[in-house]
This record gives sequence, C-alpha cells and structure tokens, in this order.
Amino acid sequence: MAANPMTQFEVYRIGPEIKLGAFDISFTNASLFMVVSSLAILIIFNLGSKKNSMLPNKMQLLAELSYTFVSKMISDTAGSKAKPYFSFIFSLFMFVLFCNMFGMIPYTFTVTSHIIVTFILASFIFIGVTVIGFIKHGFGYLKLFVPSGVPIVLLPLIVVIEIISYLSRPISLSVRLFANMMAGHTMMKVFGGFVISLGIVGGWLPLSFSVALTGLEILVAFLQAYVFAILTCIYLNDALNLHH
Amino acid sequence: MIKKIFFQSIFFNFFFIKEVFPAESGGMPQLNPEFWISQIFWLTLTFGILYLVLSKLILPKISANLELRKSQIQENIEAAEKQREDSESKLKEYNDIILKSKLEAKNIFKNTRDKVFKDINSKKETLDKQIDEEIKKAEKEIGILKKGAPEKINKIAIETSLELVKKLIGAEVNNSSISAIVDDLSKRNGNKYYGN
Repeated sequence: MAANPMTQFEVYRIGPEIKLGAFDISFTNASLFMVVSSLAILIIFNLGSKKNSMLPNKMQLLAELSYTFVSKMISDTAGSKAKPYFSFIFSLFMFVLFCNMFGMIPYTFTVTSHIIVTFILASFIFIGVTVIGFIKHGFGYLKLFVPSGVPIVLLPLIVVIEIISYLSRPISLSVRLFANMMAGHTMMKVFGGFVISLGIVGGWLPLSFSVALTGLEILVAFLQAYVFAILTCIYLNDALNLHH
Repeated sequence: MIKKIFFQSIFFNFFFIKEVFPAESGGMPQLNPEFWISQIFWLTLTFGILYLVLSKLILPKISANLELRKSQIQENIEAAEKQREDSESKLKEYNDIILKSKLEAKNIFKNTRDKVFKDINSKKETLDKQIDEEIKKAEKEIGILKKGAPEKINKIAIETSLELVKKLIGAEVNNSSISAIVDDLSKRNGNKYYGN
C-alpha cells in the first residue's frame, strides 16, 4: 500500500523510454491522464454537437450549457473583444476541469497537481497576454503599470509594485492551482491513512471526514478550474481594454 | 464508559500513525525534474490537439446549433405572434360583420313594417272613401225615392180608389174630387205612414 501521502504524485514511465534528442519524453502516467482527459472532452463535446434537435438530449444539453457558461464568463469579464480567444479559454477551462475531476477518482493521477504542468499553462497565458497587449497598444501597453490618479511622489513606488505584481502573475496562477490540488489530495490521503490505522473502532471519524472532504475536493476541483479560466479572462481584459 | 474507551482508542492510536507512513526519502515528487520535459511535451501535444479539434471542429458546430435554435425559436415566436394578430383581426372582422348584419336586419324589419303600415293605411283610407261614397250615393237615392214616394202613392191611391168606386157603385166619379180627398188624407196621416 502506498502509505506516504506524497507517493500518489509520483510520475513513472509507462511503456518504453522515448528519447527526443537529449530529452526524455517517455509516456508516463501523467501523459496518460492528459490524453484521457483530452479524449473525454473531445468525445463528450463531439457527441454533444453531433446532431441538432430542437429538444436537446443530455449530451447536447451538457455541451451547450458548457458553451454558454464559458461564453458568458468571457463576455462578463473581458467584454466582446475577447471573442477570438473563446476557443482557447474554453479548451483551457475544460482541460483543467477534466484533469481535476479525473484526479478525484481513486487510484488515478492528478495532472494539475504538478507545478510544471500548471506553470507551463500559466506562463503560456502570461506570454500570450503580454504579446496581445503589445500588439494591440504598442508601447502604450506599458501604461498598465502607471495607474491614473496616483500622486507623483508615490509613482516610482507604485510602478515598481505594479511591475512585480504583473511579473508574478504566472507564478500566482500556477501555484494557486497546483497547491490546491496537491493539498486536497494529500489531505484525503492522510485521512484515508487514519481510517486504516484507527481500524474498525476509531476509523469512523476520519472516514466521515474523508467523505466530507471528497465533496469539498470536488467543489475545489471545479472552483479552481473556474478561477484559472476567469483569471485568464481578467488578464486578457487588461491586455484588450487598457483602462488605467 | 464506552464513549471514554472510544475516544481513548482514537487518542492512543495517534501514537502508532508513524507506522502507517514509513519514513521515506522524497519530499515532493513534483520538484523532481526527471519527467519535466516529458510532461511539458505531452501537455503541449494533448492540449494543442484538444485546442485545435475544439476550435476547428466542435465549437463552431455547437455555436451553429445554438444560433440555429435561437433563430428557429425566434421565428416560431414571430409566426405565433403573426397568427395571433391574424386571428384577432379576423375576430374583429367577424364581429363587425355580425354588427353590420344585425343593423341591416333591423333596418329591413323597420322598413318593411313601415311599408306594410303605410299600405294598410292607404288601403283603409281608400276603402273608407269608397264606403263613404257608396253610403252617400245610397242616401241620395233613398232621399230621391223618399221625396217621390208620397206623390206616387197618392197617384196610386187615386187610381185604386177610382177603380174601387167604379166597381162598387158602377159610376164614374170626378177625378178631381177623389184627388182632393186623398190629398186631404195624406196630409192628415202622412206623418203616420212615411215617417216625415
């Protein structure tokens, strides 16, 4: 039995070792769950978009509700200018959500509990948003760091703070998701371990706690995917509509 | 008592938890860079494919479906609205027609009644006139007859009395004497016989 609560995060190779030049790109359990999540998304949404009936069936309803949900989220936070980035944010939200949710099934691997995965996603968003900002506004995008209505004396300090906060966006975005996922799964593992160690006599208390925690973790899995997507929208909003 | 044992057992069990999690070298597997490149590669690959398929194939279809349904519903609503308006105007028309025909019927009834009354009245008038005329004519005739009657009766009376006298006594009596007697009688008793 994997007793250490951290062993669930271990990555191991499935199948042969694959090398691309000097890099090891072997298929691992992490890769497996990325593929599984992507396939699940594609299958569900393909089924949901296959035929268009006036009265949607369950799959179609699911796909259309997700579509309108993400669409509304984007238009609420980033306005109508963010329309071209809809498919990216939709894929991002669905990918993170499905990875989180697949992680809730026992004996599976949570892709998003790895800092490298969330950091790559977050830095891609960060770089993309910065590039979009510079394309849309040229060097005027730098005005983002100069809030209006600040006394001149405080301006150097504020600009430095703004730049630091801007540069820390990918870190905060990635660490938020990764830490939530890791902490939740560790907690569940620890309480699961308590159930075993306390046995039939005292195991009921951590067991009930574990049940409650599972519900909470499912909520967190959804919420973190939502937060990830909505923060992306907010960053995109900064780049598209320069308000400062 | 049972409660106490229960909580004691929970409490003491914590001392043995160490056995459940054996000391292991490790810490966080996330910070082990062994498979970082692999994860980056597979993430890019799967997410890239996911993004491409969703954006090129699936999302446009869902969007088209939603649009189509929206427009269809809108169309249906519009059609229903139109039909409602149509039926309302039809109902109005129908009511108008009914009102109109009612009025017409009333008019016709009134007209015919008036006409009939008029007819009856005129006929009555002509009839009355005719009757009056007839009555006048008859009265005139009666008047003439009445005027002529005593003379004629006197004449007849004179003739018959002449005849009677001739038969009774066989002698011609003077015409003028008899007529004097009859005149005298008729003058005396005329009221009794003719109602003059």
